[in-house]
Amino acid sequence: MKILVCISNVPDTTTKVKFVDNNKKLDVTGIQWIINPWDELSLTRALELKDDAANKIQSVTVAHVGPVSSEPTIRKALAIGADDAIRINSEPKDAYFVAAQLAEIIKIEKFDMVLCGIESSDYNGSNVGSMIAEFLGYPSVSAISGLKIENGQAIINREIDGGKEIVTIPAPFIGIVQKGIAKEPRIAAMRGIMAARTKPVKVVEPANVESLTEMVNFELPKPRTACKFIDPENVKQLVEMLQNEAKVI
Amino acid sequence: MSVLVFAENWDGKFKKLSFELVSYASKVAEMINSSVSVLSIGNVDKSELEKLGKYGAKKITNISNDSLKTLDSQVYTSVIADIAAKENAKIIVLSNNNTGKSIAPRLSVRLKAGIGSGVSKLPVSINPFVVYKKVYSGNAYANVQIKSDIKILTLAQNSFELIETTNNASIENVSLQIDNSSIKTQIRDVQKQTGKILLTDAEIVVSGGRGMKSSDNWKPLEELASLLSGATACSRPVSDEGWRPHDEHTGQTGKIIAPNLYIAIGISGATQHLAGVSSSKYIVAINNDKGAPIFEAAQYGIVGDALKVLPKLVEAVKEIKGK
Repeated sequence: MKILVCISNVPDTTTKVKFVDNNKKLDVTGIQWIINPWDELSLTRALELKDDAANKIQSVTVAHVGPVSSEPTIRKALAIGADDAIRINSEPKDAYFVAAQLAEIIKIEKFDMVLCGIESSDYNGSNVGSMIAEFLGYPSVSAISGLKIENGQAIINREIDGGKEIVTIPAPFIGIVQKGIAKEPRIAAMRGIMAARTKPVKVVEPANVESLTEMVNFELPKPRTACKFIDPENVKQLVEMLQNEAKVI
Repeated sequence: MSVLVFAENWDGKFKKLSFELVSYASKVAEMINSSVSVLSIGNVDKSELEKLGKYGAKKITNISNDSLKTLDSQVYTSVIADIAAKENAKIIVLSNNNTGKSIAPRLSVRLKAGIGSGVSKLPVSINPFVVYKKVYSGNAYANVQIKSDIKILTLAQNSFELIETTNNASIENVSLQIDNSSIKTQIRDVQKQTGKILLTDAEIVVSGGRGMKSSDNWKPLEELASLLSGATACSRPVSDEGWRPHDEHTGQTGKIIAPNLYIAIGISGATQHLAGVSSSKYIVAINNDKGAPIFEAAQYGIVGDALKVLPKLVEAVKEIKGK
C-alpha cells in the first residue's frame, strides 16, 4: 500500500498576522512557517501505520503545491519520517487549483490512500481533500478521527453530530482528517533531520488550471470592547449584566 | 433561476441551523431577484418540511430513499447536482458542518462552481460576487471573489439570525433510482450520545481550563451548564490530560463554536483556544491572572480563583432563575 499525505505550508498558529500592499497580501516578515497542524497529524498517523509491518505499507509520500520557498516545510515532513516528496511548483491560487494539481499527481503516481487535513489554518476552507476526490472520481470520507488497517482494509472513525460512525471504504480513497487521528504530532529526531537532506523531492510543473475564486483583500478583526471587570465578591452583578445588558441568559 | 439550499435532517427533524440556512438563502435570493428552493433528503414528514416554508422556502424537493440513509459524499453530490440543474440554481447554500464540508467541495468540482466556505454574513456584493469570511483561524477576515457562474456558499452555524415570513412552500416528492453499487461508504457501527445538548448547537457554553485543577472539580461547572440549558466544553490541556473527553475540546484543532454566550473558567486564552471561540457573541472570563489573554477577548471578566468563583456563580444563577 502506498500512502500520500498532502501538506500545506502555513504561518505558525500563534502568528499575529498583518497585511501589506493595501491589505492584499500577508506580511511575511518574521513569520515562522510550519506544516499545517491537521496535515502534520495525518502524516503522523500514516507513519504510525507504516511502523507496523503487518499493515504492509510500502511508502509514505508527501505532496505540496507551493514555490521553492516552501521547501523547508517539505524537508520538515521528510525529517519527521516521510520517504519522499513531490512539490508542484506554483503559488497555491485557490482550493480548486490546488486540488486539481494534486489530482494530476495522484493520477500518475497512483496511491492507495491519500490523506489531507480537514482544513488549513490560513484560509480555513475545508475544501481541498474532497475536491481531489471529485476530480479523480474516488470515494472519500471526511471528519476522520481514527484510522486503522485490518486485512488491507481501512477502518475509519467518522465524526458525526454527537458521536461517531465506524465506516469502511474501498481503496483508492481520500481521507480527510481531523483531531483525534493521532495523539501528538511526531517530532523530527536528529537522525531524521540528517536523513531528510538526501531524501528525494520531485519538482513538477503545474498543470494549466484556472482558479474559481480570488482574494480581494484582508481585514483585521475589529478590536473587542474593553472587558468589564466585576468584583469576585459580587458575582450576582455579573449574572444581572448577562441578563439585562447582554440579554443572553 | 433559484438559490438552492441543502437541508440536512437529524432523525427526520430539522434544527435551528436548517432554519438559519433557509433564512440566509432567502436574503441572498432577494439580492439576486430569485427565490429559494430547498432539497431535503431522508424521511421527513410533511409538517416538518412545511416549517422550512416559514423561513422563506418557496419550493421544497423531498427525496426519501433508503439508499440515501448512509451519507456517501459521492452519491449525495450526484443527487444535489441533479436537483441544482433542475432548479436552475445559481447559488447553492449548505451548512459548514461536517456534512456540508464533505459535499460542498465535490459539488464545486462537479459544477465548476467557486466556493465561499464558512461565510457568516450576506455577500458583500453581487457583481462582482464577493463574500466575507474568516481566515487565519479568526485572526483576520477576507473578501473573496467567486468568479464562476454558479456559486456555492457554506454558512457558519449560529451566525445568521432566523427570519420568519408568512410564506408557504410547495412540496414536491421526487423518487429516485439509486444504484446501490455506487454507494462506497459502508457503516459498521454508530456510537451516539443522546439527550445531551451538542456543543455545536448550544447557545450557551460553559468551558473549563487548567484552572479547574482536576477532573474532580467539574460538578459545579456541569451544574452551571445545566441551569443555563447549555453545553460543557474544555480547553486543550484539559482534554489532553484526560480530565474531559476529546469531543469537548474547543479551539483551533478542536471544535469551532459560535454560541451566544461562552463562559471560560480557568482558561488563559491562548491564540489557539481563542481561534475556536472568538466568534462567540459574548465571552465571560474567570481567571486568577489579570494579564491572561482571555480578558482581551472577553466582555465581562472576574479576576479570581476559578474554584472559588464558580460555586458563587452557580448560586447567583440559581437565584435569578428562581431555582
